Amino acid sequence: MTTPGEEAPVTSDFVRSYVITGGRDLPSSEELALHTLVTLAPGRTLPLGAGPEVRAIWELCAGGYLSVAEVAGHLGLPVGVARLLLTDLSEQGHLLRRAEPPRAQNVDRATLEKVLNGLQSLIG
Amino acid sequence: MDSNPSSAETAQKSIYVSSAVTNAAKILVVGHFAVGKTTLIGSLSEITPLRTEEKMTQASVHVDDLRGVTDKTTTTVALDFGRLTLSDDLVLYLFGTPGQQRFMQLWEDMARGALGALLLVDPARLEETFPVIDLVERYGLEYAIAVNCFDPAATYSEAEVREALDLLPDTPVVYCDAREQQSSAMALIALVRHLLERAA
Ligand SMILES: Nc1nc2c(ncn2[C@@H]2O[C@H](COP(=O)(O)OP(=O)(O)O)[C@@H](O)[C@H]2O)c(=O)[nH]1
Ligand SMILES: [Mg+2]
Repeated sequence: MTTPGEEAPVTSDFVRSYVITGGRDLPSSEELALHTLVTLAPGRTLPLGAGPEVRAIWELCAGGYLSVAEVAGHLGLPVGVARLLLTDLSEQGHLLRRAEPPRAQNVDRATLEKVLNGLQSLIG
Repeated sequence: MDSNPSSAETAQKSIYVSSAVTNAAKILVVGHFAVGKTTLIGSLSEITPLRTEEKMTQASVHVDDLRGVTDKTTTTVALDFGRLTLSDDLVLYLFGTPGQQRFMQLWEDMARGALGALLLVDPARLEETFPVIDLVERYGLEYAIAVNCFDPAATYSEAEVREALDLLPDTPVVYCDAREQQSSAMALIALVRHLLERAA
């Protein structure tokens, strides 16, 4: 297993991102959090003229739920670019979303307790 | 071989989150370069840790330029993350986040909806931890300190670490070996217990 350096670029250069996004500004994390889960809605048809990145997202997301960050990671896309393309698909009704974090930074006890129990089961 | 296709399928590890999962939590694993963030995430993740990048646009003003022209430069920063299914309906994501002050956009993105942060510390390089503590506090993240024991010969007492980092009395300090799953899990447990106390 190789672990590249922290700041080693993994994918494309700026120009490629620009082409994929059509030069649009990337949406903020208010749109889709890194750990929001997404999947393709059933019975949808790939938008006409979808580029290679949208096609790749479409195929990947057809298989089940993944977080926004995982979609980016699996496809080698910068997070911001993946988020923009996922936001487009979501606005067009192609995506189902789950586990969206609340807007306010309120920590919910029930989730914390579940996390604690899950971690404790790891140490037996 | 007389293998049942459906059991072979379930044996094959899926990249997807189980369909019963309705809730996703996020904990940040923060610390300076080479402190063990990626190692800790890897020791706990059920998927091969993934890496993605975030592009940062930085505005930099040339102070020697009287017109005050602002330049925009683009930097790339990699983030590593892993996933851990903790119950039928809950997954936990661990995001490794570098501590540089200049990655503000990234930190906003990371902090949004995070339960808290596990702050890895190498006691031989304490001064590199200060900017990371500043960032965590600026984003209002609750945190616990995990002292990574790189050099078993060099020992630092909890009191020394607390004093050097000027920690609040209730901030947990645990020792861990980020290469060991159990040790990494125990560090996260200390953090989550602390979060529960704070949420009370
Ligand atoms: N002895 C020891 N080595 C560690 C520990 N955690 C990480 N390492 C090693 O330190 C190096 C840097 O770790 P890495 O996880 O890449 O650091 P990152 O930059 O914070 O992601 C790697 O060679 C690890 O194997 C630890 O707890 N003990
Ligand atoms: Mg790393």
